[in-house]
Amino acid sequence: MSGWKPIALIAEDVQAGRVTASELVEQSLAAIKEHAEFKAIIATLEAAAIARAKAIDERIAKGETIGRLAGVPFIAKDNFLVFGAETTAASNILKGFDAPYQSTAVERLEAEGAICVAKANLDAFAHGSSTENSDFYTTLNPHDKARVPGGSSGGSAASVVLQLAPFALGSDTGGSIRLPASFTGCVGYKPTYGLVSRSGVVAMGSSLDCVGPLANSVEDAALVLDVMAGRDAWDSTTIERDKEGYVVAAPTEMQGVKIGIIKEYMGEGLDPGVKARIDAAIEALKNAGAEISEVSLPSLPLGLAVYYVLTPAEVSSNLSRYDGQRYGHHTPDAKDVNESYTQTRMTGFGAEAKRRIMVGTYVLSSGYYDAYYKKAQTVRTKVIREFAEAFEHYDFLLGPTAPMTAFEIGANVDDPLQMYLTDIMTVAANLAGVPAISIPCGLSENLPVGLQLFAAQKHDRELLALAAKAEELIS
Amino acid sequence: MAKLSREDVLKLARLARISLSDEEVEKYAEELSAILQYVEQLSAVDVTGLEPTNQVTGLTNVMREDKVIEYGYEPAKLLENVPAVQDSHLKVKRMII
Repeated sequence: MSGWKPIALIAEDVQAGRVTASELVEQSLAAIKEHAEFKAIIATLEAAAIARAKAIDERIAKGETIGRLAGVPFIAKDNFLVFGAETTAASNILKGFDAPYQSTAVERLEAEGAICVAKANLDAFAHGSSTENSDFYTTLNPHDKARVPGGSSGGSAASVVLQLAPFALGSDTGGSIRLPASFTGCVGYKPTYGLVSRSGVVAMGSSLDCVGPLANSVEDAALVLDVMAGRDAWDSTTIERDKEGYVVAAPTEMQGVKIGIIKEYMGEGLDPGVKARIDAAIEALKNAGAEISEVSLPSLPLGLAVYYVLTPAEVSSNLSRYDGQRYGHHTPDAKDVNESYTQTRMTGFGAEAKRRIMVGTYVLSSGYYDAYYKKAQTVRTKVIREFAEAFEHYDFLLGPTAPMTAFEIGANVDDPLQMYLTDIMTVAANLAGVPAISIPCGLSENLPVGLQLFAAQKHDRELLALAAKAEELIS
Repeated sequence: MAKLSREDVLKLARLARISLSDEEVEKYAEELSAILQYVEQLSAVDVTGLEPTNQVTGLTNVMREDKVIEYGYEPAKLLENVPAVQDSHLKVKRMII
């Protein structure tokens, strides 16, 4: 694995002519070919990427300034609409879909000179924690090919760790950026809800979905976020960006920083090897001067149940659009429109999509709506309040990203509920809309462990600056 | 405790416009029941005085000027993804049975 330089330096090198965008795209495409056995990638955008790189090189030759990501290759999770390859969300029902427009996130990256080289594998429609729900194939963990890379952004995480490109894009509805970052050993950032536009990203749970980067370092993730963040006319849930931006100017000094260890994440069910790594990280932060103590958010263990009511409800609505009439998979032999819908959805959706659509249909149906959906929304309020209270006393919160390291392929496929439990430490940040990051925190039995840090809503800049320091202290 | 019958699953599938094989009906009756039993822990939670949360941005009524904006969509490009087209319209199967 030839390592990529920090993204800001790559862009400087390209702008100064020390390396060409074409060489970088070639390097990335070669790495993708070399590591094809890990099945991180669904499609490459070879022709489009080479053409974009050539255009950038020509502009540089003319003396033009390209931007902060000049010539930097990246990989997008295949639920981002991108020109130059199909957008499938790793689902059979979207096979053959040629995006008529691009996601805002990708547009903003391209405007600064970045080049999308490939689309990464995921659990179909981002439903899962392992990529095993991909309708195509399972991505292998770069540390152990018998294990999953985590999900749903497993292809993006594996791409970063295999150094296929300097960064990748993911989406995080209940941990889908942070969990694979933890399982593969890279940085995964879930911003404050609404900070990055979801326009042109295949919708899953709209009250929870966030777009964010996976990268080699906090510094790189912060730069990518800085390029993508802020209001977007095409997504009216977007919020204003921080006036000072998100680039890490200087990592936060730990002296006097108040950090709360989330008690509910450190107890029963936590793998002892993971706990040892997290305890060691806490010790390192303490030694650097951070004031760390335990804090209880008693409703957090309910977060997963809230999540698995609200998400299927939103999924059942969002996936109603896949009816085979306007795009994607369809069934030409159906005798009427209803049969066309039901057959398209029967043959086009995988097991997990069907499962979630039906659970969502159940909790939203008359007679059950109040007991399940409304109740879950109200418990969500409880979770939000507990985070708000904790942030009155602490600047940041801390815990593991997942209770375990990467599990073996096939270990949870016959038990959907067991698979859902993988997300137990990540969903709360989505419910509360707060930013959270997973950074590598050493190995347990040769498998990566992720440390998760949280901040209050709209404190993304502060969280990234702190995480940059934590990264320095832990590694 | 929610325990879904075959009929319950078939009803959900019908509402969601999904056909299921007999094997799938059996499988989902079991799996969906387990998921619903897990989330039923919420019924015991005291939420007195709390309102449901619909969204977390705090934004309300995001407005824009009422004018046509050029989005760059090409109608012909949009239609390329449509499985059946007639005179630049979507062609669907018989709707009234």
